[in-house]
Amino acid sequence: MSARTTKQTDESAENDLPPLETPWEEFLHVFKKDRLAITGAVVLGLLVLAAISGKTFTEWIVLFDPEVVRLPDKFLPPLSSPSSEVIPEQDLPLLGIYLMGTDELGRDVFARMLQGSFVSLSIGFIAVGISVIIGVMLGGFAGYYGNLKLGIITIDTLIMRFTDVMLCFPTFFLILTVVALLPPSIYNIMIVIGLTSWMGTTRFVRAEFLTLREQDYVVAGKALGLPESRIIFRHMVPNAIAPVLVSATIGVATAILTESGLSFLGFGVQPPYATWGNILADGKGFIFDAPWLFFIPGLAILVVVLAFNLVGEGLREALNPKLRGR
Amino acid sequence: MTNGKPLLQVHHLKKYFPIRSGLFSRVSSWVKAVDDVSLEIQEGTTFGLVGESGCGKTTVGRTILRLMEPTEGTALFEGENLFQLDARQLRQTRRRMQIIFQDPYSSLNPRMTVGSLIGEPLRVHGLAKGVALDTHVRRLLDRVGLRPEHQSRYPHEFSGGQRQRIGIARALALNPKFIVCDEAVSALDVSIQAQILNLLGDLQQEFHLSYLFISHDLNVVQYLADHIAVMYLGKLMEVAPATALFENPKHPYTQALLSANPIPDPSAQRERMLLSGDVPSPLNPPAGCRFHTRCPEVMDICKTQDPPLIHISPPQNRHQVWCHLYS
Repeated sequence: MSARTTKQTDESAENDLPPLETPWEEFLHVFKKDRLAITGAVVLGLLVLAAISGKTFTEWIVLFDPEVVRLPDKFLPPLSSPSSEVIPEQDLPLLGIYLMGTDELGRDVFARMLQGSFVSLSIGFIAVGISVIIGVMLGGFAGYYGNLKLGIITIDTLIMRFTDVMLCFPTFFLILTVVALLPPSIYNIMIVIGLTSWMGTTRFVRAEFLTLREQDYVVAGKALGLPESRIIFRHMVPNAIAPVLVSATIGVATAILTESGLSFLGFGVQPPYATWGNILADGKGFIFDAPWLFFIPGLAILVVVLAFNLVGEGLREALNPKLRGR
Repeated sequence: MTNGKPLLQVHHLKKYFPIRSGLFSRVSSWVKAVDDVSLEIQEGTTFGLVGESGCGKTTVGRTILRLMEPTEGTALFEGENLFQLDARQLRQTRRRMQIIFQDPYSSLNPRMTVGSLIGEPLRVHGLAKGVALDTHVRRLLDRVGLRPEHQSRYPHEFSGGQRQRIGIARALALNPKFIVCDEAVSALDVSIQAQILNLLGDLQQEFHLSYLFISHDLNVVQYLADHIAVMYLGKLMEVAPATALFENPKHPYTQALLSANPIPDPSAQRERMLLSGDVPSPLNPPAGCRFHTRCPEVMDICKTQDPPLIHISPPQNRHQVWCHLYS
């Protein structure tokens, strides 16, 4: 009863709505309550910082040189000091200690991890960028223009069956095959990972577009004589993008893992470039003598992938009103 | 009430949906959602279209606006055949005809502010921009009973009735002559329904609008419509001026509908005319008169032959019925 009265007063005093939250404020409000997601976001913030400083301090202003070989200092555990009497002064690590120890050639693992964080992160983002662009284009096309006929089959059938074919390949082995044929540069790896991981996004976007196409506001846009491009990019894409964003965050984690896996197998980014994957791969031979070579990159990958997944999960809940407050 | 000038004439409108099945998606049968519907809407009047859910009312409205492509038929709107316009001409013509939707929750893009929703058609058609656009939007908001500062809000901040007002403002933005109200008040509380109906009535006077008012609610249609058409399973049953239809319904289906309509008087007694059975599937409609399976006055001829169009006298009354009873 009271609900009804409120509704009616509300309606009669129609013009006196209290100022409500914008969707963005509402999103922040929900996201902030999710402690795990916030933790994930903080870790990702630190990672981005590490990646940027890694690029800066190992390549442009060289404070840490990941490529300096100091054979007398090989296999030093984390936090040990360099044997300064034999190492030339310009090769000494910053702060005078090896924060994360040294590897079999006496290279500073901390410097290598920093350099690797940039490689891993950029591979993650660019690969996912490529896959999201392909996914949104193909999915949007299949969803919106799906009914058009191309010869005897519809565009929708064509695109979705191609997607199914791509999904049938075990992605990792597909990537391995491609990488075996191409020179294993960072860029090739980004592109290959991107080109083999768009299928999920395509399915998502197609499903969203199929639903949105029947929504009254899209029909209204048509009735108002809006151009098709405007209907698609102003009315449909913004409403379809939330689940894509979520799958993209999780996709970044997958791409980082894939790159690590490739590097581990020796098909990834080639030395002297350090990535978390090839530090891990190099370390596997010395797991008993120098366990930090194995555990530091492994732990870093674990934490970052976990952080991406937590943020993705948090985004999913904050962006989808139906999942809120669970 | 009518000045006799037809704004929209629809002739023999048909809309069939294919049912595909099998390995190669062959068309195995057709759903005849709208089967040979003709109607005429006069300038400045309201044409009510009533019928049960699934009878094809909405499809009629949407094919007229070319939101769905018709299978057959013509629709003359101010002399031009809407079904033969190419994409560019259609875009121009759309400025003169608009639609108001049933569900005010799904008819507004949740990610756009009210101001940009209403202003969008103006901007896209190059009718106003900058300050002029802003004043135009404010005037529209004011006209539908909302406040100018509402234009920076998002649709989810409004109640159903207010959202419907926003939808009306958007439809009015291009200054149309003809608006399809597709169950425009069905999703609203009764008290709000009255407000919206009054608003629609006022706007009709002010802008000399014509409405195709689609509804399943006879009271609502009676309140607003000058002419009423009754549909059943994709076909017209009866078309008549509103008063004639309510006072002197001819078709048994119309009679049954009217007798099911509650009267706001507890002491009033009325003989209910109850229909048995359900609406048959439009996939496989009955032969002859589509209503014969449920008609209380069914005759043998109804089961085999399509009923002819009968003009109820006097002819200037334009009371038409499709029923063998009167032939």
